[in-house]
This record gives sequence, C-alpha cells and structure tokens, in this order.
Amino acid sequence: MAKYLAKRIFYLVLTLFIVITVTFFLMKLLPGTPLTNQAKLSKSQIALIYEQYGLNKPVWQQYLLYLAGAVRGNFGTSFQFSDQPVSYLLSSRIGPSLQIGLQAMIFGVIIGIIVGSFGAMKQNTWVDTSATFVSILGISIPSFVLAVLLQYYLGLKLGWFPIAEWGGFIYTVLPTLALGATPLAESARFVRTEMVDVLSSDYIELAKAKGLSRTGVIYHHALRNSLIPLITIVGPLAVNIMTGSMVVENIFSIPGIGEQFVKSVLTNDYPTIMGLTIIYSFMLCVVLLFTDILYGIVDPRIRITGKAN
Amino acid sequence: MENEKNILEVRNLQVNFKTYAGDVKAIRDVSFDLRKGETLAIVGESGSGKSVTTRTIMGLNASNADIASGTIKYKGDDLLKKSEKEMEAIRGQDIAEIFQDPMTSLDPTMKIGRQIAEPLMVHKGMKKEKALAQALEMMKLVGITDAENRINDYPHQFSGGMRQRIVIAIALVNYPEILIADEPTTALDVTIQAQILNLMKELQDKISTSIIFITHDLGVVAGMADRVAVMYAGKIVEYGTVDEIFYNPKHPYTWGLLSSMPTMDTGGDELPSIPGTPPDLLDPPKGDAFAARNAYALKIDTEKEPPFFKVSDTHYAATWLMHPDAPEVTPPAQIVERQKKYAEMQSKLVQTQRTTSPVEEEEEQQ
Repeated sequence: MAKYLAKRIFYLVLTLFIVITVTFFLMKLLPGTPLTNQAKLSKSQIALIYEQYGLNKPVWQQYLLYLAGAVRGNFGTSFQFSDQPVSYLLSSRIGPSLQIGLQAMIFGVIIGIIVGSFGAMKQNTWVDTSATFVSILGISIPSFVLAVLLQYYLGLKLGWFPIAEWGGFIYTVLPTLALGATPLAESARFVRTEMVDVLSSDYIELAKAKGLSRTGVIYHHALRNSLIPLITIVGPLAVNIMTGSMVVENIFSIPGIGEQFVKSVLTNDYPTIMGLTIIYSFMLCVVLLFTDILYGIVDPRIRITGKAN
Repeated sequence: MENEKNILEVRNLQVNFKTYAGDVKAIRDVSFDLRKGETLAIVGESGSGKSVTTRTIMGLNASNADIASGTIKYKGDDLLKKSEKEMEAIRGQDIAEIFQDPMTSLDPTMKIGRQIAEPLMVHKGMKKEKALAQALEMMKLVGITDAENRINDYPHQFSGGMRQRIVIAIALVNYPEILIADEPTTALDVTIQAQILNLMKELQDKISTSIIFITHDLGVVAGMADRVAVMYAGKIVEYGTVDEIFYNPKHPYTWGLLSSMPTMDTGGDELPSIPGTPPDLLDPPKGDAFAARNAYALKIDTEKEPPFFKVSDTHYAATWLMHPDAPEVTPPAQIVERQKKYAEMQSKLVQTQRTTSPVEEEEEQQ
C-alpha cells in the first residue's frame, strides 16, 4: 500500500510538472500583455514594470525561475493586485470554493443514489419515469441557467435565500443546488442502470432464495454492488463541479477561486492563472487518487495488496 | 396430502408468461410428487419448463408470470396461496435452491462466511458470531479445506468447484426439507461435476433432505436420481423410476433423448439427434406437442393430447403408442438394446428375490 501510494504521488508530481510546463509556454504564446493602459505608458515605464515582474528575461530563464519558485510554494506575484503573492491570493479564496464544491458533490451524489435506487426498484413505474425525468433535466440544464432560475424563484420571488452574497451556510444553499444538479442527475442515471443490472443477477436471486426480505436484499446485496461503479464517475463529476464553479461563483458573487480565475483571464494576470491551473490540476489528481483508493476499500476484488506490482 | 410419503405435491400446475406477443404457456398442466428423502430428476431440453417449475415452487417467478391454475402442497399447505411474507419464511428454511452458475451466484463483495451465515441470521435469528461459527461447520461439511482461514475470503478467491460447494453450504445450512438443484453441475467441468454430485448425495444422507434435481444431462441423472420425470414443451411426458426411464422408456421423446446420449457401446459415425425444434409455446400445437418431431407419430397425435398410460405402478407415459389400439412400433435399435438389458435385470431381480425373505423385500420397496 505504501509503495503504491509513493508511486501514485510520484505520478501526481510528474503530472503537475507537465501541466506547469504546458501552461507556462501557452501563456507566453498568447497575444496581449497584462498592462491594461499600455498606450498611456512610456517605453521606460513599461520597461520598468517588465523588470519588476521579471518579464524582460529570456523565456527559458523565466520558466526555470518559475519552476524554482513553484517548488518552494511561491507562484509569483499577481499582476492585477500589486504586491499580492499569488499563493496568498489563492489560499484566502480556496475555502469558499472547496466548501460549495464539496457540498455540491455530497448533496448531488447522495440524492442521486436515492433517486437512482428508487428508479431501479420501481422499474417501469411512475417512480422510475419521474426519476429519469429528473436526471434528464439535471443533465441538460447548464448550471448557470439553473443558478439564475434559483436566484429568481427561491431568492427573489420567495425570498427564502439570499442572492449574491457571502456569509454563512445559508449563502451556500443556492450555489450548492445549482452546482449539485449535474452530479445528482449523473449519479441517479448511473445508479439506476447499475442497480437494474444487479437486481437481475444470480446472486440477488440466491439472496431471495435464502429468504431475505425485499429490503434485506436491497440493503445487504444490491446497494453495495451497484454503488461500486459509481466511484468511477466521481472524477469526471469533480471536473464538472470545478468548471461549473467558475460561472456559478460569478453569478452568486462568491469570493472563491473560480470567480478569481475568470477575473484573471480577463486581465491577463498570468501568475494567478498559472497558480489556479496548478491548483485545479492538483485537486483533480487528488480526487482521482482518492477514488482509486476508495475503489480498493469497497471492492474486495481490486484491493491493493502489498504484493501488487 | 394424498400420500403420507410425499413432502411436496404439485397438481395441475399451469404457468403463463404475459408478453407483448401474447401469453407464453410455459407450464401446461404439470403434476408430480416428491417423496421424503428421494431425489427426483426433472429432465428436458432448454425451454421445456424445468426451471419455471422450480421457480414457481420457490415463489420467485418473474413479475409477468401468471399462475393460471394448480396447487403446490408442501406439508399440506398450498404454497401458491401463501403471502410474500410467508414465502420468505419458507425460502432458505424449508425449501432451498442451488443455482446453475457458481461464478455468478455469490455476492462478489461479501465475505463467504457471512453469505453462508445469512440464512441462519434471517431464519433462526442468530447473532452474527454464532451464525458464523455454524457457517464454519458447514464449510467443513461441504469439504472446503482450511475453512478457518477461508471464512473471511471473498468469492473471487475460490475456484468454480469450491464456489459451488459454498452455494451448497448456503442452501443446506438450515437443513431444508427440500433442496432444489437447478442444473448444479452444468457450469462446471466434468471432473468437478462428479465431486459435486457425490457431495450432494453424501449430504442428502446426512441431513435427510429431498432433492428436486433439474438437468438436461441424462448422464448425470443415472447416478443421482431415484425417479425421473421427462418434460417436454411445458408438460411431463413420462415419469418412472430411474431404471424404468433408462431401460424401458415408452415415450418417443425419451427414446430420442436416450439415443442422443453417447454410451460406451455407441458405434457408427454420427450420434443420433432429435430433428426439429421445440414448439412455440405462445401458440402450442393441438394434440401431442412432440408430434411434429416424432418419427412414430400417429394421426391422433395431431388431434388429441395423449393421457398418461400406466406402464407399471411407478411408471407412466403420455403417448398414444401405449394405447391398446395403437399399432406395434419398434423403437430405435439403441432403445431395443436397453429394453433387453432391462428384461435381463428384471429376471435376475426375480431370482435374487426368491432367495430373500418377503419381509426384507417389503422394506426394500419402501
């Protein structure tokens, strides 16, 4: 297990290195500069600013300097906010993003499992049809449309929840719902298909032949076996939530990294964009590692043993 | 119960499956008895209704199954009249089942000890520790080596033969009155088949259970069963003791089945087979369902269904060939051979019976 973990962490670092390299050079290839009012600045002023941020050095030197800094957790200084190190800027903003991201994931997957299971258990009845309807809605409505609808109806019309503010838990409800819709729909659809499959398998027949009640069969045998494959889609769902958060955070004015990402792209704030890309890649790598380990815990057939190579 | 010796009496069972195309008449008036401690083999090709019969007994038919008529009496009660809750109490306690494919009939994510212990926990209300202790005993009984260490293993860590032993352990852990074995050796290779069959016979003696043995393999039947019922197109066409079916078959379908089974004496180039395919049970033919494939079919076979004709007290066949007015036909050569052997056996039996006292003879028959 330790060996396996070490190997996976090595790959994680390798992945991040490749991501840094590719993003760095892509950024250099982009047209435009971070200076918004370049026309009003004199040549010497521009040169001064370039020197301040180290932009006058050759690209390969900039790249090596950046790598050296990144290893020590220094991702440069933001262009947009003077004297703000990127690491500080992002660490102060990651909390809200993680909170709504995790909330959306947990809410979406748990409700999705419930909806999907009921759909499978009451196959081809109105329960199943409504479950499928919910999934189709969740998959086809983009999170930003849902966000605006939620703001309008639950926020503005009914006044149950605050709109576009950030404070306590109550402020996270609407963004969580908006972001959680896709994970909910995807996992509901997935669990339904899996459970229909599992319910027609021989070991469920044997469980019934043992004299287990209907709920006993579902609880002891069907659920676990239908949920294992769900772990596979947790990775893609995390990606979905991360990309969705960029828009949703803007709509709800959440001071998170998604909102910052959009701002930084609009202002060509390279160091912040780089930093954010690394954070997103890191989070995705961690989610994937986590799901692989989780797989081994819940499915005895792919348990990672010391002997594994 | 009509007969004290019977543990299960199935009478006039008819099961239809509702489909978009219409009703599939899977079981068409099936009656049979299962006696205490005996093994009854139900033989027939795929789709003849063997499995549906057992599913109906277990109350585990698909939701589109419609039990049109019949009774299944177990200890005097009609199982078909029982509620789902009552059936749950019977399944795994009084009547247990072994399935065909051991590779898929165990829960892949549950330790096998727990899977064997489950029926004890459900029916006897045992605590987990106690049930697991008994599961361990059961594992030893079905011949799983190193059971103490393997009780916490998962199904994928066992071979096919071992898994079928586990399935048998699950079925027998509550010492059921009736064990239904639905082609328990079909998915296993031949050497393992013999082991599993021996194990079943051994355990049958130990825990005195009655077995309904479903198979399409007549070779397996010979060593396993006391009595045999041959099914075709949702009906039983012939039943009798294993010797009567093997050596004195009367129904042309049984002839066909036996002729298409290779024996040590089988010569020639080609193994005989029964021509054609079974009839469509959406719309079963009039008369004898086997008539279209039957080289010995009479005119009446296409008009009227044959009733059961008595061959002996234990042996009945549903074929018009048994009717007193039917023309004399010669069965296939192989069957004639078998009948000759049977006649020899019978005469030997008579000779040995002369030397034994009548009291012992009585006991033997029971």
